[in-house]
Amino acid sequence: MVTIQLLPYTEIETLSSVGRIRKLLNIAKQDKIVLLQGRLRKEEETELIKATMEEINKEFKGIELAVIHPAQSQLSGLQKLKNDMLSAVLGDRQGLTIIGPASVVKAIKKDPNKIELLTSEKRKRSRR
Amino acid sequence: MVFSFVKRVFNQFMRDFFASRKDLKLGLYGPPNSGKTTLANKICMDWVGEELGTVSPLMHETREIQIKEQISIKNKNGKELLFNLVDTPGIATRIDYEEFLKSGMSENKAKKRAREATKGVIEAIKWLDEMDAVLVVLDATQDPYSQVNVTIIGNLQARDIPVLIVANKVDLKRSNMKKVQAAFPQYEVIGVSAKYGRNIKELYEQVFKLVK
Repeated sequence: MVTIQLLPYTEIETLSSVGRIRKLLNIAKQDKIVLLQGRLRKEEETELIKATMEEINKEFKGIELAVIHPAQSQLSGLQKLKNDMLSAVLGDRQGLTIIGPASVVKAIKKDPNKIELLTSEKRKRSRR
Repeated sequence: MVFSFVKRVFNQFMRDFFASRKDLKLGLYGPPNSGKTTLANKICMDWVGEELGTVSPLMHETREIQIKEQISIKNKNGKELLFNLVDTPGIATRIDYEEFLKSGMSENKAKKRAREATKGVIEAIKWLDEMDAVLVVLDATQDPYSQVNVTIIGNLQARDIPVLIVANKVDLKRSNMKKVQAAFPQYEVIGVSAKYGRNIKELYEQVFKLVK
C-alpha cells in the first residue's frame, strides 16, 4: 500500500529552511509520499538533496523528487512580476512538489504536460 | 527579496573583482553517467595531453572532486583562455548499494562505493559557490526534465553563475537534442559526443563566450 500525505504550504511556511527540509525528509523516511503545495526555494532544494545524502543508510536509499511549476515564460511581464513579489513575501505556493522515498517510488517521469509516478512493485509485495 | 538581490550583486562583484587575481574555475556538473569525466578527459587530452579521471559504465565512478589546473585553450581567433577544470561527482537524490551488487561487486565494496558516492554528491553541491562558470553535462538519451537537472541549473541561475548546457552522447541514435533544448529554452545548448570528439571545437568556442 502506498501512503500519500498532502502538505499545505501553511504547514512549512513558518519553519526555517532546516525545519522545512527536516519535516519533508521525516515524512519520506516513514515510507510516505509527500505532496507539498508550492515549492521550496532553489537553495532549499539543493539542501534537501544534501540532507538526503547525509541520511542514506541500509534502510533509507534516498528520495525521488519532482516539482511541477507553471511555466514563467507563459506569463506576461506584469503577471510574472506580481508572482515574483508574492512569492518573495508569502513563499512560492504555486505548483506542487512531490517527494517520495526511493524504496517506494521507483521513478518520477515528468514532461511539461504530465507527471508519472512509478512505484516499486517489489516493495509493495514485501509490505503486504 | 532585497537581501537576495544585494547578495547576488555582492557575489557578482566579488567574482569580477577577483577574476583577474585567481584562476577561473570551470565546473562540470550533471547527473551520474552523463559523461562529465569523459568530457573532462577529452578537454585535458586536447590541451594538456593527459587524462583527468577514470570512466566507467557503472554509476558514481567519480566520487571525489577532480581538478586539472592551468588548462590553456585557444579559440579560432587565437585568443587564449586559462582555467582550472573542476570535474564533480554526479548529483543524485538516491543511492542504493544494491544497484552496485548487480554488476558483480562484493557487498563490502558496494557499500563503500555507495558511502563515497553520497559524500561525493555533498561535496559537489558545496563546490557550487566556488565556480565561475559551469558546463551542465546531460545525457542526451535521457529525460532532460529530471528534477536533479532542474535543481542544478536553478541553483546556478540563483547564484548568477554562467551556464552552458552540454547535451552529451549525440552519437547515439536515441539522443534527442530537441528535447533538451525544449526543456531549457532560456539556455544555450550544445550537442557533443565527448567520447568521439564530435562538436568539441564548437564547445570550446562556446566556453569563450560563456566566460567573456
